[in-house]
Amino acid sequence: MPAVSETREAVEKLAKSNYEWGFETNVEMDLAPKGLNEDIVRLISARKKEPQWMLEWRLKAFRAWQEMSEPNWAKIKHPPIDYQDAHYFAQPKKKAGPKSLDEVDPELLKTYEKLGIPLHEQEMLAGVEGAGQKTPVAVDAVFDSVSVATTFRKTLAEAGVIFCPISEAIIEHPELVKKYLGTVVPVADNFFSALNSAVFTDGSFVYVPKGVRCPMELSTYFRINARNTGQFERTLIIAEDQATVSYLEGCTAPQRDENQLHAAVVELVAMEDAFIKYSTVQNWYPGDENGKGGIYNFVTKRGLCKGDRARISWTQVETGSAITWKYPSCILAGKGSVGEFYSVAVTNGHQQADTGTKMIHLAPDTRSTIVAKTISAGKSDSTYRGLVRMQPKARNGRNFTQCDSLLIGDQCGAHTVPYIESRNMSARIEHEATTSKISEDQLFYCRSRGFSEEEAVGLIVNGFCREVLKELPMEFAVEAQKLLQISLEGSVG
Amino acid sequence: MSENNAAAWQALTGRAGERAALLGTEGLPTRRVEAWHYTPLQSLNGVAWQAAPALDEAAVKQRVDALNLPAHDGLLVFANGRFCKSLSHLPACMDVQEYGDGAAVPALLAGRFSAGLNAALRQPGARLHVPAKTDAGLIVMISLTEGEGVSTHLHHSITLEEDARLSLLDIQLGEGQYLTNPQMDVHCADRAHFSHITHQAESREAARLGIISARIGERSNYDSFTLNQGGGVARQEVVSQLSGPFSNTNVNAIQLVDGNRLNDLSSMIHHASPDCTSRQTVRTVLSENGQGVFQGKILVDQIAQKTDGYQMNQALLLSEKAQMNSKPELEIYADDVKCSHGATVGALDEDQLFYLRSRGVLEEQARDMLVQAFLLETVELVEHESLRDYLLKALPGHV
Repeated sequence: MPAVSETREAVEKLAKSNYEWGFETNVEMDLAPKGLNEDIVRLISARKKEPQWMLEWRLKAFRAWQEMSEPNWAKIKHPPIDYQDAHYFAQPKKKAGPKSLDEVDPELLKTYEKLGIPLHEQEMLAGVEGAGQKTPVAVDAVFDSVSVATTFRKTLAEAGVIFCPISEAIIEHPELVKKYLGTVVPVADNFFSALNSAVFTDGSFVYVPKGVRCPMELSTYFRINARNTGQFERTLIIAEDQATVSYLEGCTAPQRDENQLHAAVVELVAMEDAFIKYSTVQNWYPGDENGKGGIYNFVTKRGLCKGDRARISWTQVETGSAITWKYPSCILAGKGSVGEFYSVAVTNGHQQADTGTKMIHLAPDTRSTIVAKTISAGKSDSTYRGLVRMQPKARNGRNFTQCDSLLIGDQCGAHTVPYIESRNMSARIEHEATTSKISEDQLFYCRSRGFSEEEAVGLIVNGFCREVLKELPMEFAVEAQKLLQISLEGSVG
Repeated sequence: MSENNAAAWQALTGRAGERAALLGTEGLPTRRVEAWHYTPLQSLNGVAWQAAPALDEAAVKQRVDALNLPAHDGLLVFANGRFCKSLSHLPACMDVQEYGDGAAVPALLAGRFSAGLNAALRQPGARLHVPAKTDAGLIVMISLTEGEGVSTHLHHSITLEEDARLSLLDIQLGEGQYLTNPQMDVHCADRAHFSHITHQAESREAARLGIISARIGERSNYDSFTLNQGGGVARQEVVSQLSGPFSNTNVNAIQLVDGNRLNDLSSMIHHASPDCTSRQTVRTVLSENGQGVFQGKILVDQIAQKTDGYQMNQALLLSEKAQMNSKPELEIYADDVKCSHGATVGALDEDQLFYLRSRGVLEEQARDMLVQAFLLETVELVEHESLRDYLLKALPGHV
């Protein structure tokens, strides 16, 4: 568990150094009134001390959102969401949590144990009251983005990389934010992105200047706590000419959470010869075995290969959330630019996932690769939905798509819905998809070598996903493998 | 609904009278309707579609005689939506039953616009019944449509009893700017074998919305092949349901799209029973400003264990302006299945061209050879030899 131990180390390190920065908690502001209107948008903007242009941007998004209706084309089912019955600005500390770990759902604790999460972190994740006091580091602080910048600011600053919360970037680097925010995902792009644009409270901003290779993997590990406050994350990553950056987004522990809407927006901009690698491991609370609760994960992620030979690579391992609605996409606008999408989506219990990608080829010699692995177990439903479009100027464009689905049990569903649109004769598109189950032979082989059935399934599933897992940064890959095993527990036998 | 759209809509609903409800209330499908996203029906707008008048039988006979038909055991001729009895004959073993006035959309086609339109304006077509343990041989059916601003909505119903066999060559052609909307409901009882070729060669100005439903019983086989080569905007929709175990269906097609035309093959293969197989190969060749559409779905129910489904669609783009949109879809609820699909879109292989050129074949000839080879593989999927020959003759350049 390198990443987790890394987290732990960071926490401990900060504990030793007597982390003193108080965490800004304004009790008055812990909870904005329920509901969504222009006043709430203004309030969020004011709380974030945002400049006027940002407020106007948000209001524009809000007005657009009011005109839009929720998309209904995805193969997901959920009761209607009442957007007025939610707090759009909230601090989690106010919520009354369990008093100690004894009161926490034992199922949840078991999962933490398997992930190797230290006890105090378990308390924090489970939302035990006073967990922050027992670990004087204030896990909050560690998990708050400010500390990320503090810990690594020096190394990053030396390289010229800006990595900070987006709210800070709006104030300190307005020229960059103004130039790029909303250029890849316009405010009125879709219902959820418009909502996000109006009310986002948190997120990351990364700027890698020309010719710089970011000296470390940028990670949001340290900010998972912010999940509770910011249901609406906003991430913007810009890589200038010849810049390279690898960004990890992850939540390796399921959080105690209600049916909750998360509508994040991620925008990537890659200039000439730049490379952005964006990896996600998502393991939010999927709901209980009866399908009650869990996160609605409605995310818009899009990358723009603006410069020639730019490259954007999305890798995702999706094992959590009650509903996942997510299509990380690439717009290949630069000549010879490259888009990649590697995905593993695992659904179990009553989970539903409708995920995939879009590769929009606008320029000549653009290439894209899609490898999507879908695993359905229990009573879950999983859909791969993807679009490959070759525009008339995409001369010699190339796409290869491979979608494989694995079904475990006869109560689940696996679906593949690719859209293939070609408007250029010299472009070549290849798509293949298969659906199958774990073969008896493979199972028997593993069982005969002493693996339990569950272990055997885990092993086979990991093999099935190898092509994708190998794209993940090392420490993520190890965790992802474990996660797969945990997600599929109880699906066999 | 735009003003233009309203003209077509009013004419159609007006003619449908009390059946207008079958058309729904949404008007003609627009691009925003998922099933019609790639196949816009603008060409239907602005025309107040009238019922097609009867044609002169002598002229129809001339058209039929000019066709190069394979040897057959029966012939059915329809002209502008009317049965031409004098030009038709059937084998003795087969009945043509009186056509009832049923106007329901079969459950299999529920919610499909082409079927609703047919039900609303339905005209009695062939109602064939092949008795048990009978081989009815090869029947040729010809539907001819002529006129401007007219529409026909033939409804055919074909039933094969247990162990029955039938081959049907269904030729559709015409002249003018018309709308044709044929529907065929097929029912294959256990162990029946129905080989069905649709040769869609409608006028280049015509709009065509054809739809087929097939219910297939135990160990039965429905083998469908479409040559989609006419119509300005032409969709062939096939909904094939494997409703008995060990049954099989093939939904193959060739689409040849040129000029400013659009050809569309949309299919749904529904595995509703265990141990069934389905095979689908669709190849599209596009030239000039042609637009090709393929939407193929394989649906596997939870009870349909041991399903073996295979789907392949390939498109060859021969010109800069041609477009191909394809959407192969798998929807699977059973775990013990083997389903796969593949799709490719691209130009002719330069290496293959080079190979032929290096052996002294002229560039144009080499291209033709490669296109023909691409199509030939699909025609070979047709089992019936004389039908295969017929199709080969219908292809450009007589493969």
